[in-house]
Amino acid sequence: MNPALVRWLQAPSIILLLLWMIVPLSMTVYFSTIRYNLFYPERTGFIGLSNYEFFWTDAAFMPALLNTLILVGSVLIVTIVLGLAIAILIDRPFRGRGIARVMLISPFFIMPTVSALVWKNMLMDPNNGLFAAFSNALGFQPIEWLSQMPLFSIIIMVSWQWTPFAILIFMTSLQSQDQEQKEAATLDGAGFWSQFWNLTLPHLARPISIVLLIQMIFHLAIFAEIYVTTSGGPGYSSTNLTYLIYIQSQQAFDVGVASAGGVFAIILANIVALFLIRAVGKTLTV
Amino acid sequence: MTDRQKTALKNRVAVIVAWIAACIFFFPIFWMVLTSFKTEGQAIQIPPLVFFEPTLENYLEIQDRTNYAKFAWNSIVTAFGGTALALLIAIPSAYAMAFNTGRWTKDILMWMLSTKMLPAVGVLMPIYFLAQKAGLYDTKSLLIIIYAMMNLPIVMLILFNYFREIPKEILEAARMDGTSTFNEIRQIVLPLAWGGIASTALLSIILCWNEAFWSIVLTTTEASTLTAFVASFQAPEGLFWAKVSAVSTLACAPIVVFGWLAQKQLVQGLTFGAVK
Amino acid sequence: MNLLRNTALGLSLCVAAAPMAFAGELTIATVNNGHMIEMQKLTPAFEAANPGITVNWVTLDEGTLRSRVTTDITTKGGQFDVMTIGMYEAPIWGARGWLEELTFDAAYDVDDILPAMRGGLSHEGKLYAAPFYGESSMLMYRKDLVDAAGMTIEDNPTWDHIRDVAAAITDKDAGVYGICLRGKPGWGDNMAFITTMANSYGAQWFNPDWTPALDSDAWKAAVTDYKSLLDNYGPPGSEGNSFNEILALVNEGKCGMWIDATIAASFVTDPGQSKVDDKMAFAQSPQKATTKGSNWLWAWSLAVPAGTKQSDDAKKFVAWATSKEYIELVGETNGWGNVPTGTRQSTYDNKLFQDAATFDEAELKAILSANPEDSTLNPSPYVGVQFAAIPEFQAIGAAVGQQMTDALAGNISVEEALANSQQIADREMKKAGYY
Repeated sequence: MNPALVRWLQAPSIILLLLWMIVPLSMTVYFSTIRYNLFYPERTGFIGLSNYEFFWTDAAFMPALLNTLILVGSVLIVTIVLGLAIAILIDRPFRGRGIARVMLISPFFIMPTVSALVWKNMLMDPNNGLFAAFSNALGFQPIEWLSQMPLFSIIIMVSWQWTPFAILIFMTSLQSQDQEQKEAATLDGAGFWSQFWNLTLPHLARPISIVLLIQMIFHLAIFAEIYVTTSGGPGYSSTNLTYLIYIQSQQAFDVGVASAGGVFAIILANIVALFLIRAVGKTLTV
Repeated sequence: MTDRQKTALKNRVAVIVAWIAACIFFFPIFWMVLTSFKTEGQAIQIPPLVFFEPTLENYLEIQDRTNYAKFAWNSIVTAFGGTALALLIAIPSAYAMAFNTGRWTKDILMWMLSTKMLPAVGVLMPIYFLAQKAGLYDTKSLLIIIYAMMNLPIVMLILFNYFREIPKEILEAARMDGTSTFNEIRQIVLPLAWGGIASTALLSIILCWNEAFWSIVLTTTEASTLTAFVASFQAPEGLFWAKVSAVSTLACAPIVVFGWLAQKQLVQGLTFGAVK
Repeated sequence: MNLLRNTALGLSLCVAAAPMAFAGELTIATVNNGHMIEMQKLTPAFEAANPGITVNWVTLDEGTLRSRVTTDITTKGGQFDVMTIGMYEAPIWGARGWLEELTFDAAYDVDDILPAMRGGLSHEGKLYAAPFYGESSMLMYRKDLVDAAGMTIEDNPTWDHIRDVAAAITDKDAGVYGICLRGKPGWGDNMAFITTMANSYGAQWFNPDWTPALDSDAWKAAVTDYKSLLDNYGPPGSEGNSFNEILALVNEGKCGMWIDATIAASFVTDPGQSKVDDKMAFAQSPQKATTKGSNWLWAWSLAVPAGTKQSDDAKKFVAWATSKEYIELVGETNGWGNVPTGTRQSTYDNKLFQDAATFDEAELKAILSANPEDSTLNPSPYVGVQFAAIPEFQAIGAAVGQQMTDALAGNISVEEALANSQQIADREMKKAGYY
């Protein structure tokens, strides 16, 4: 293909994203170096890295960092493994497959704030939730999900919502798998697992890494679930970096510190992405 | 048991497990829709009510209270508009990258993804100021632009993946026939990657539909979408589980219908074994 | 041909044009509580009486609303002509000149507004927000359970007595919990209640020199008793319980006592949603060292941002929505049991209201006894009963709330939680330059 044409086709997306990124990013970096609290508009001035220092000396900083990593890692593992398994299960014709597909993808349609409400009040509530009703019927003490295991509960909620995303991508990718190759392998006597490791998984290598990267971006910024259910508590056990930025931005209204937090978020995201790419490594064939 | 019987049994087991998974995933939504037909008093019952006399009072109250149609229309326009814009920009780009993978392709894609690394809440003020300066506050156009830019990296990445799955031989054959690039895209790539494009579009529409930050912060009355509609029923001082269930059923209904219609598109496109 | 062109023109105008503020069009931001929803439904009455003014509503939940209006007013965004704000925002914004001062004519009878409400929404004597609906907190309890245990509850009982009553009426096997209290982290959630409890133990948020006072013995005693009450006699999952969750429990008959907003009384006595509507009784909040600050004061009020283009129309709306006539309108349309209360003395003097509401006496007593300017046993520099009306309080209160929930969950001790809280508050106050 004509190299010039290639550049022309690629140009709009690159230029637009560049603009989209540069302007807010530079404003954010600028704000992060000045004193800027919405309630004290008269207080301005360059203060270097003070905002950053304030942000990272917060007692919640290290726990938030850790929680962010735990959240991202756990949800990634659960959604990709489950997503793979289910996509493979439905990669065969059967009656009502369309309905089953919509049912499987449906959690992704629900607004995160609403899904969090449903989980918190209708399912997980230790008094009037469905899970509690089951426990009581079986004679067990209901689990206090959000009080005793807040991060784990949030992992459940987010995984429920995002596994459909993985299912959708993998399901569509499986369509393009070479069926002839599979049939030949079966005739040669290769069992399910052998086919899976040698044929399916390599075919899905790229979709898996893409799902990994996209979900990583979203899970680093998990917010709605935390806001609606636990408000970051008890203590800091369900506070993540985004929630910490929210507190600075929407409760302290300190734009300077919130911007510094934003820069931290970018740094963290880059580190995680680097680590993921290294870990996934060879399979990220681009 | 013969091999064929074994395969048939395996298939049957797989299908049963698939249905179980589908029911588990769907259950919270089913429960939510069920609750939308309860009164507030019924919704808080301990233990939870499974059988009850359904009522439409929540839906009627919603109709009474808000202009659902306007919110829904705004959601539709912004979600589809944002997606269309993103696809328009991304399809040529992804095509160029997929079939001319170079040294920089991976880095460019990673960089695109990195434009999403700044959490929305950290960049609230800059965008807020910019929107006001541009006079675009509380307009659907603003939301369409923002959604398109927010989803562009994802749309690019996913489209890139699906385009890469098209075997080069088909394109080379077309090129040898002398097709122009434009026709190459239109007549060969698009039909082959249709399933992938449909999935990407569906994902982008869902992401726009559920985007609950900018759609509330940057709108007041004209351009508010269903996310603001849901927010107006959330956590008042008083019982609200049944109402919010009804509200979210209404908020998701259009997109579920769309998803159902679209899912048939998801699996179109040739299965490449047959191509050879 | 023309039709096509005109349609295209019309469509492009609809989609592309930024909306202009038409004269007489008011945009009002409000919270989604019942009384405000009522106000929206009655808007046609206002529009009929004021031809030429149309009202557009933006309704959001409390947290989102607060974010939106604060962002808008601090950046002079001008998106709203009338804002619904609380007693926390009004003095702060008024002091900074972000709100228009509200003056009314004689017919409005501004002296009819309860003094505590008026004071809480003013700064240096000028009223910056008109109260639409006011509340305090009080004790709501199951008379049948308390009677069965052979006990009584008077106004302002001691916390020790509350503990005794809770112990007597708790029956966990039957699913009845002696006392239910807020536990969800939030400056307006668990901290609203815990602050009033701490006030009643003689504690306060800040010393006169603005240093935080969270490490005092009074705070320790208050939080320790709070935790012990919930540990022994409270429902499971208190750490996630806010107003609505506990309301659900009370309505289902699971709670023997509840201390929360006075508006709850209207819900728990409503046969449409409560199984125990005829079994509830009310009393003033408990106390230990003092009754000062033992019950909170909150008002949702309407304010006009300074410099808004439709200032006159906006003020007309504010005057209409907070007037005696409006209350009468609601009384006639929806019944006197549903009028917005807590703002005007005349409401409580009205016989129709007295007949319709069973809890009006307790509610009025609570509201009248709360004074944001004198809410602590020892002198304190801040205004507010369950909060301190300074901008830093939101972030401090939120973080301290998280610590309290942590202590409640048993992850850290009460001393540790308070020590952390002290540090958090100290940090924020230093950054803001108080000392």
